[in-house]
Amino acid sequence: MSAVSDFSDLIGRNLAEQPGYAALQSQLEAFYFLEADLLDNRRYRAWLELLADDLIYYMPMRANVPLAHDRSDEFTTVGEGIHWFENDKWTVIKRVEQIETGIHYAEEPLSRITHMISNVRIVDANPDLETAQQIAVTNRFLLYQNRIVDDTTTFVGRRHDRLRQNAGTGWQIHFREVIIEQGILQAKNITNFF
Amino acid sequence: MEHSNLKTLVDADNGMISREIFTSPAIYKRELESLFTRTWLFVGHESLIPNPGDFYLSRMGEESVILCRDRTGEVHVFLNSCTHRGMKVCRYDKGNAKVFTCPYHAWSFALDGSLQGIPHFDDLYDGVLDPDDWSLLEVDRMAVYKGTIWASWDKDAPNFETYLGDAKLHLDMTLDCRDGRSGGSEVIGVHRWKFPANWKFAAENFLGDSYHNHSHGSVDAIGIGPSARSGVKGRRDDEMRAAQHIWISFPEGHGVHSAIEHPDAEFIDSYLDQPEIGAYFRNCYEERRRRLGDEAQLIPFTGTIFPNTSYHGRQPRGLCAWHPHSSGETEGWRFFLVDTDAPTAVKDFLRHYYMRYSGPAGMTEQDDMENWLYASAASKGTIAKRLKLNYQQSMGAAKLNDPLPGLVATQMSEHMARGYYTRWRDYLEGRDWNQLLGVGDPRFSDGEPVTKAGRA
Repeated sequence: MSAVSDFSDLIGRNLAEQPGYAALQSQLEAFYFLEADLLDNRRYRAWLELLADDLIYYMPMRANVPLAHDRSDEFTTVGEGIHWFENDKWTVIKRVEQIETGIHYAEEPLSRITHMISNVRIVDANPDLETAQQIAVTNRFLLYQNRIVDDTTTFVGRRHDRLRQNAGTGWQIHFREVIIEQGILQAKNITNFF
Repeated sequence: MEHSNLKTLVDADNGMISREIFTSPAIYKRELESLFTRTWLFVGHESLIPNPGDFYLSRMGEESVILCRDRTGEVHVFLNSCTHRGMKVCRYDKGNAKVFTCPYHAWSFALDGSLQGIPHFDDLYDGVLDPDDWSLLEVDRMAVYKGTIWASWDKDAPNFETYLGDAKLHLDMTLDCRDGRSGGSEVIGVHRWKFPANWKFAAENFLGDSYHNHSHGSVDAIGIGPSARSGVKGRRDDEMRAAQHIWISFPEGHGVHSAIEHPDAEFIDSYLDQPEIGAYFRNCYEERRRRLGDEAQLIPFTGTIFPNTSYHGRQPRGLCAWHPHSSGETEGWRFFLVDTDAPTAVKDFLRHYYMRYSGPAGMTEQDDMENWLYASAASKGTIAKRLKLNYQQSMGAAKLNDPLPGLVATQMSEHMARGYYTRWRDYLEGRDWNQLLGVGDPRFSDGEPVTKAGRA
């Protein structure tokens, strides 16, 4: 699990000068913009197609800790204990099904949501950038949500993604860590997808 | 605020409560001064501070407190404010420390709260300031109960178990091992989030407001429980389907919803998604029956220990503290519990279930937040405030001490809320501890009065 979730050695890597980076990054941005369009237009079933069957999709909680402490003190660790959520594909499907019932009152009426995705960086590619089948990507999101009248939440944060290329399906996300820049969550709910 | 005004705000005998108690800043201020300074408040769990030097920041009312374990292993709860100029002496949520050193002027406090370092003491303070007089302020009362840590700012507060009264039996079932051994739980994580609702809406919900089941229709329809992958609908296994549900109000203001199984009841198949998890819980069930005998017929569902500590007893299992921020804002803390010695696979199964059920991203509790937000917001209006809220459900239906101690209903009821707000009013009126414990409350000698009440 830690090998999948640990981006600490990848964060400082710069692959931008290597052959194939620009083409792959452009492809990735198109993928993310499609994902945002699907989510913001409530095409959840189509969005589910972008997620691999062995998905791990989680949002750690964070604590105020001294500078010298390591990551596991500040962030909850995937695969252990409690996070804001730690979903597999089944659970994500359940969340979509819940919205589709039409009686999920925290999302009924539906929220109005826009995802802004930026700072897309490929930090790992296997076997290489030009023939990549597996990649690790970091990016930023700004998610604006408004519902009913003035119930408005803005989530800002980072995503650490791992995607793989599948024959027939194209890129699929199999790991996503959603890092939000808050300790005590300043939102009553997390009913959206990041 | 005059007593007569409080009387009209909470009219328990007629089952009507003013919306002002959920919206008024003046009433909120009174709660901070008269209620949160006196009641026992849940501040944490021993498993969060297992070793000497461990600390964990918590809250009591609006204020930050430090929960810590000193060098000798003793647990303390301190107000997180330097006695010199008030700065928070600890701004880390958790960790291990030798001292708490204030960032402002570097006064430092030992883990037992004593002031151990003052910069330039000899030049600036010698002969004037006695460090023994300027320790961190420690709570007046502190109790460790089956791993949970509670505190009060009132030196005259009754001891914690007296305060719990007969609700103890029900809280115990949340804190005790699944197989009936006493205590033995640990916290595997804490959700902390802020939501725009009055704190009492959350506390009241857990008193046993089973009437709000409707809110959770979406998760019941799709199934998210421990047997959902096996096709079972509902948000939990139906462990209580053959049991007699009971709703109990206690003199101290607590309220619970529990259930009593038939003496010949057998384990109801649950945790179907993983056979070994199901087998584990079957074994716990049978072991608990063997260990506790007839007492094992009682099983927990939800409850609120007055004023702001709630629990879920089984599916999911945990404690909540509803910390007030203002009349319209609450910080929810949800502590998730498992048996410390449960197998790793069981803990892993439970944490996934807890996360999909609970907290701000929990599929069930998202809908609770929505209710509490709009119930708070819609009570603010000038016209809305003319209307009282209705708490008349099952008036007079509860019986005294039958079959368990307390005022017990065997049908869905709001008498726990009527009792809760009656005690709440007593705190705001500054009553003595006898009255705050419900001594002399006629509901617990004569039963609940039944009146034919009109619309307020």
